[in-house]
Formats: sequence, structure tokens, C-alpha cells
Amino acid sequence: MLRIRNLDVAYGPVTVLRRVSLHVNKGEVVAIVGANGAGKTTLLKTITGLVRPRAGEIALEGQDVVRTSTEQTVAMGCSLVPEGRQVFASMSVRDNLLMGAHVQYRRGKKDEVAADLQRVYGLFPVLEKRRDQFAGTLSGGEQQMLAMGRALMARPSLLMLDEPSMGLAPLVMRDIFATVSRVASEGCTVLLVEQNARSALKIADRGYVLETGRIVLQGTAEELLANQDVQRAYLGRDVNEEQEGRP
Amino acid sequence: MAGELFFQYLIAGLTYGTIYAVVGMGFNIIYNATGIINFAQGEFVMLGGMTAVSLHAFLPLPLAIVVAVLVTMVVGALIEVTFIRWLSRPSVLRMIIITIGISILIREAALLLWGQDVRALPYFTGNEITSIAVGGARISPQVLWTLGACAGLVVLVTAFFRFTMLGRQMRACAANRVAASLCGLPTRNLITLSFVLSAGMGALAGCVVSPITQTQYGIGTGLAIKGFTVAILGGLGNSLAAVAAGLLLGIIESFSVSLLPTAFKDAVSIAVLLAILFARPSGLFGARAATRP
Repeated sequence: MLRIRNLDVAYGPVTVLRRVSLHVNKGEVVAIVGANGAGKTTLLKTITGLVRPRAGEIALEGQDVVRTSTEQTVAMGCSLVPEGRQVFASMSVRDNLLMGAHVQYRRGKKDEVAADLQRVYGLFPVLEKRRDQFAGTLSGGEQQMLAMGRALMARPSLLMLDEPSMGLAPLVMRDIFATVSRVASEGCTVLLVEQNARSALKIADRGYVLETGRIVLQGTAEELLANQDVQRAYLGRDVNEEQEGRP
Repeated sequence: MAGELFFQYLIAGLTYGTIYAVVGMGFNIIYNATGIINFAQGEFVMLGGMTAVSLHAFLPLPLAIVVAVLVTMVVGALIEVTFIRWLSRPSVLRMIIITIGISILIREAALLLWGQDVRALPYFTGNEITSIAVGGARISPQVLWTLGACAGLVVLVTAFFRFTMLGRQMRACAANRVAASLCGLPTRNLITLSFVLSAGMGALAGCVVSPITQTQYGIGTGLAIKGFTVAILGGLGNSLAAVAAGLLLGIIESFSVSLLPTAFKDAVSIAVLLAILFARPSGLFGARAATRP
């Protein structure tokens, strides 16, 4: 589905990603975890063409997408739910969702849009209740749902989510992750970027750990959850407690 | 002030006000789509009027106006494609200087092409001395044409943004350009379209008003300042508020003539601009504090 090889990205003189390689197979849920500033958001922006890499290859279903525009990448079936939701605040919830369906109109699948809208309302009933409200008046969790719904309206084969849990209450966060799982189980491939490593790895098949622009660890989600370095750095395991246990 | 005179001033104010309103709305359309204040906005009005006058030499009036509007739209598109499109993340100052440069360019080209002559389209119905009695005042039918055309334009453009798919896409692009491109919307083309749209609006306004105000290569700058005043007065980005502000500014200007010498007419609108920038930069109808993002 997605294959990245030796990706280098820099903002001016500042290198953000160094020789990053990763792949996502069809049907998988892959999580990329890492601290603030590790380059997670940049990675997703580069895949969607919002940022141009300095070197490296990105292939989406075998096709090179390093030089394609964001619009084309989205039309090819790769949608990003951006960090901080980025809903169209001054438009209604329904119009936000219809904007997401633009590529479906372009594919000539206009007739499916109404059914897709019902499907999104089914996933997030609160959006149907608020469909005529301005998106800017929604709560943070509802905006996250709207941003996800908008991306799903494009019927992506690869859904990428950037920090979907950011700033959300634990209960809302659990809902969001449950929905991600559900979307994945319906056949959508998911690439998830998260600071909240535990929640992300719990729903993921595989994971990568990104640290200051490099991938330092990769493995199945269980391996990463069990890994001591990961536990210490990202899952909040107490180092003192560990040392006391030693002779 | 006598009732008739009051009414006469009011009508004159409304006539100019509608033109300011249309120019101000043009400012807002481009500002919303790009964040740019397009100081070449007034040149669209001039270009529309001048082109229509030239075309009217060999085309019937309605056709001349339609073609003039289309020509100005093409100019608008060309401006965006040549000067704006290829810039990535330009600073506001740079954009302002670019649009001022474009406006000088258009003005000088118009001077070469048309010379310094003052021109005008013929009155759409009747002539200079035809008038209709309305509530004791006598107004030219052209005033009704101007009011009607501008009102129609405002309604059409508003409906376009609210009810058509393309209009909604332009609003989405204005609200959040990154998110719009993540929806697969062709953001660059939508921005070009915003230039085309506001060029067309300006040109049409320039055509209907030219019998009354006449037109010359240099009228754009003054209109750009008035339109900018109106856009700020209403609150940048708010098109319907710009309409209200445009009418208000037209009326203020018109009544100022009864108190001050006519020469101060333009000074009045600049005074309004300065006052609003000092006292309430978010505009009369704008929110004072930032709203929830």
C-alpha cells in the first residue's frame, strides 16, 4: 500500500527526517509513536505532498508520489486527518462533509455520496444531530469526529491520522480510537501518528518509534508495548521503581 | 435641510455607495481566498468601463458590456496566474507591493491605450437630462440601473457562495486552505477563480456607473482606496458587511458636500478610513475579540 525509502526532509537548514524507511501493508493499522518534535507530523505532510522531501522515495500502491500535488494524492486514495482537526469553521457540518466528498464527485461516483454521508452519520451520530451547525461551534471531540468523517467521505484506501487524541478527554479519546479500529475492520488501511503511544499501539498491528527524525525501533504492536525502552520513554514506566528491583 | 434636497443627497450617496460596496466586496473575495489585499481592485472597475466604451463603437451596448466584463475577467485570471500563483508563502508586505505594482502597470497600460480622455458609456435609457420624479427629488434612470445592477450582483454573488458547490468550495478554500487541499479541492484554481470573480464584479460596476461618473485611465486608485475603506469599515472578509459599509460611506460622502467644500469629498472617506483603523480595526460589524478558531 505505502512504501517509503530513505526519506530525507528538511526545513531550510534544519533536517527534520533522516533516512526514514517504512511500509504499510494493505489492511494493516500501523502506528508511528514518538515525542514532540520527532518529525511525525512532517512525515505525514510529506506523504500527502504538503511538504517536499529533499531525497527519498514514497510509493503509494506502487506509484511514485514524491512529486504529485496534494489534490492528486488525495484523489489516489490517501487522505490525511490533519493535526488540530482543521475543520472549515464557518461552514455547516454537512457542508464540511460534502467538501470531503469532492474526489468522489471527480471519480464520477456522485450517487454514492449520499450513502457515504449516512455511513459517516452512522459512525458519528452526533454529527447528524449537529449537521446544520457551524463546524466552529463544535467541541474539540466533535471537531475531531468531523475531521475524520470528512476524510472518510473521500473513500480513502489509506487513512492517515495525525494525533487524533490531542486535547481530548479520556472518554472521547477512547471513542475515537474505537472508531479508528472499526474503520480499519471495514477494510481501510490506517496509518496513525500519536504521542499517546499506549492507546495507539493497542489498536495497531505494527508500530514504528520515531526519535528526532530517525526510526529507532520497529516491530509488532505487542513487541513494542513489551519493549522496555519504549515503556520507559513513552509509556511512563517509572525508572526508579525499576532500579529498586535490581540487586 | 429641505426634504427634497435631503432625498437628492441620499440618492447620490446610495449610487456611489453601491459602487464602493461592489469594490469592497471584490476586496473581500480575494482577501478571503488568499489573505491578500488586492490594491489593483479599482483598476478592474476602470478596465471594465474603458473597455466597454471602446467596444461600444462597434457593438451594441449590452454586448459591449458583456464582452468588457469577460475581458476584465481574463485580465483578472492573468494577473493571478502571472504574479500570484507561483509564490509560495509570500509575506503580506510583499503581496501588497506586488498588487500596487500591478495597479500601476494596468493604469499606465490604460494611459498608453486610451490616452487621458474622459469617456463614458451612453445612458442605458434616456439621456443626460431624462429624469424620474421620486418622492419630490429628480433622479436619472441610470441611478436606478446602477442600484439595480449592484443589488442584483450582491444577491447573485451571495447566492453563489451559499448554494452552489463551486461557491462552497471557494468558501472552504478561504476558511482553511490546507484542509481544502487535503479534501482534494483544486485550491490554486479556486484562487484564480476568486480573482476572476472580483474582476468581473468590478468591471460590471464600472460599466453601469460610467454614464454618471464617467471614466478615465486614473480612476482606479481612488476607487481602490474607497473600496479598501469599505472593506475595513465592514470588517475584512465579511462581504455583506462591506455592502452596508459601502452604502454608509457613499451617504457620508454625499452629505459631507452640504457641509464642506466639494473638494474635501475624498478627504472625508480617508478620514473615515483612518478613524476606523485607529478606533476599531476589526470593522463596524467585526468581532472585537478573536473568536474561537
